[in-house]
Amino acid sequence: MTSAIQTRALRKEYPAPTARRGRGSSVGPPPAPTPGVRPGGARGGPIVALDALDLDVEQGEFFGLLGPNGAGKTTTIGILTTRVRATSGMASVAGADVIRDDVRVRQRIGVVPQRPNPDRSLNAIENLEFHAAYFGIPLGTASRRAHELLEKLGIGEKQNAKVDELSGGQQQRLMIARALIHEPRVLFLDEPTVGLDPQARLALWDILRDLHAQGRTIVMTTHYMEEADQLCDRLAIIDQGRLLACDTPDHLRAQAPGGTLVELTLDGDAEAAAQAARSIPGVQRAEGRQAALRAYSDRGGELIPALIRVAEAQGRTVKNINLATPSLETLFISLTGRKLD
Amino acid sequence: MTVTASTAPRDATLAPDDASDRAVSSAAVFGALFRRDLRVARRELPYFLVRTLMQPVLFIIVFGYLLPKMGFVRGGYTTALLPGILAVSLALSAVQAVSLPMVQDFGWTREIEDRLLAPVATPLIANEKVVAGAVQGIISAIVVFPIARLIMGPIPGLTLAHVLPFVAITALGALTFSAMGLLMGTAIAPQQIGLMFSIIIAPMLMFGCAYYPWRGLDRVPVIKYLVLVNPLVYVAEGMRGAITPEVPHMPLLASSGALVLLAGVFWYWGRRTFLKKALG
Repeated sequence: MTSAIQTRALRKEYPAPTARRGRGSSVGPPPAPTPGVRPGGARGGPIVALDALDLDVEQGEFFGLLGPNGAGKTTTIGILTTRVRATSGMASVAGADVIRDDVRVRQRIGVVPQRPNPDRSLNAIENLEFHAAYFGIPLGTASRRAHELLEKLGIGEKQNAKVDELSGGQQQRLMIARALIHEPRVLFLDEPTVGLDPQARLALWDILRDLHAQGRTIVMTTHYMEEADQLCDRLAIIDQGRLLACDTPDHLRAQAPGGTLVELTLDGDAEAAAQAARSIPGVQRAEGRQAALRAYSDRGGELIPALIRVAEAQGRTVKNINLATPSLETLFISLTGRKLD
Repeated sequence: MTVTASTAPRDATLAPDDASDRAVSSAAVFGALFRRDLRVARRELPYFLVRTLMQPVLFIIVFGYLLPKMGFVRGGYTTALLPGILAVSLALSAVQAVSLPMVQDFGWTREIEDRLLAPVATPLIANEKVVAGAVQGIISAIVVFPIARLIMGPIPGLTLAHVLPFVAITALGALTFSAMGLLMGTAIAPQQIGLMFSIIIAPMLMFGCAYYPWRGLDRVPVIKYLVLVNPLVYVAEGMRGAITPEVPHMPLLASSGALVLLAGVFWYWGRRTFLKKALG
């Protein structure tokens, strides 16, 4: 077995949100802010959260799913962890099909959810021991591993604490410990650093690097470019349920258009200035979005004076200038036409 | 646009975990889930007892002690009341033991996810909930029995000779109500769970033939037949048949048959609503 995860033509539709069903089905967490596009723009049609997704993740790879909120990342994780049924297509994880062989898939994966969801009726260590028991691990082994994991994750002194007494970051670490207690082959993390302070985020990065170094396959969703860049071997950029690009961070960066992005913030609409900017020699591409004038160029900052002149010729004043070297961020903007967050 | 992703694999240093290939038996997972519920129930024992015993004990005091003392009801009333009180404790406790945790489990953070990720078929998790709820129902009936006997004093016609019917009705009644709890906990919106107790549970207790025997309704035939949709009727009447057979009661076969049927319906239906929520 070389591939840890494989999906083919994976598609997920959610029923239209307007079709509010009977009382009974309104229970539960409010539906995730689901995203996606309506086919043909038809109102009331199903919402396509995921469309024809093909992914291959190799064993031992640290794989990132990158995209803005609502891109379909959580739906993808949901399907791969057997918790969401795909509308069509196939997916296999750790050699087992997520529909036909869901029990085997669950046996081989660990999942860190977007929002910590510990069992609040149990304390920290019981959360781990019982989770291990659900995987058939004897109590002795489970206790030993639980202690080790809590120590390693820096919450060893909290083992007997009620989960409500743990901070957000500590609960997140408890979730990581829970996902690891049965030593899964594939670890899924859904936006693991959202809501963490910078220190906790860096600590988590170290933990993830360690797990990766052990050879575990890790799939992580994030909408932080830096995080994806720092941690992942390969990245899939997803937007509106579609895979836009998939490669190593370096290769993706190389695909970023026209070198440096020069962004001028004007005091008004930038469209006219953008049109004029396109005729400046050296500008490969220019676009105006509200007050932002974005120009791509191999010559970097050299174009700034020319761009300012063009803007002023259109009667605009330049209020701010930003330079961005080719990055995942600039690639993302060029692929999707919008910023990541 | 579809891009297929594929590059060279990293060198894997982690050998595939042997442990993760060993199938876990459903029985082992069921046992672990059950131990978890037991641990939680033990920790919440005081609340559990107050929640499930308050209602029946207050009834015992007023109807089983005060009213007979005042002479408003005849002495034999306690004989008809005791089986009903046991039925009420059993029902209240079993239905709450499942429905209330379900609301929390499927609430905002979906705490139940850690169990839904267990390597077993998902319906097993619902089944375990029903069994654990039934056990809690049985325990509260066992606790109420001596309390009732103590407060009411000697109860004419009480017999524990018919062990089998007593055990059967207790177990069937507990399963029926915990399955009902599964259905209520998964089919009713959390915000409406309080309302559920006013709309479903309160009338169920009053029209459950717990505080009067079913045959007593002979004079009000409309109500006599309407109450037959109420599962509590069959538990109360079955209890009468088992421990106070001198009180006129429904044939044991009828009450236990109805309970089997109702337990099956609630279980089937509750499992469906559970699975629907589980695959949310």
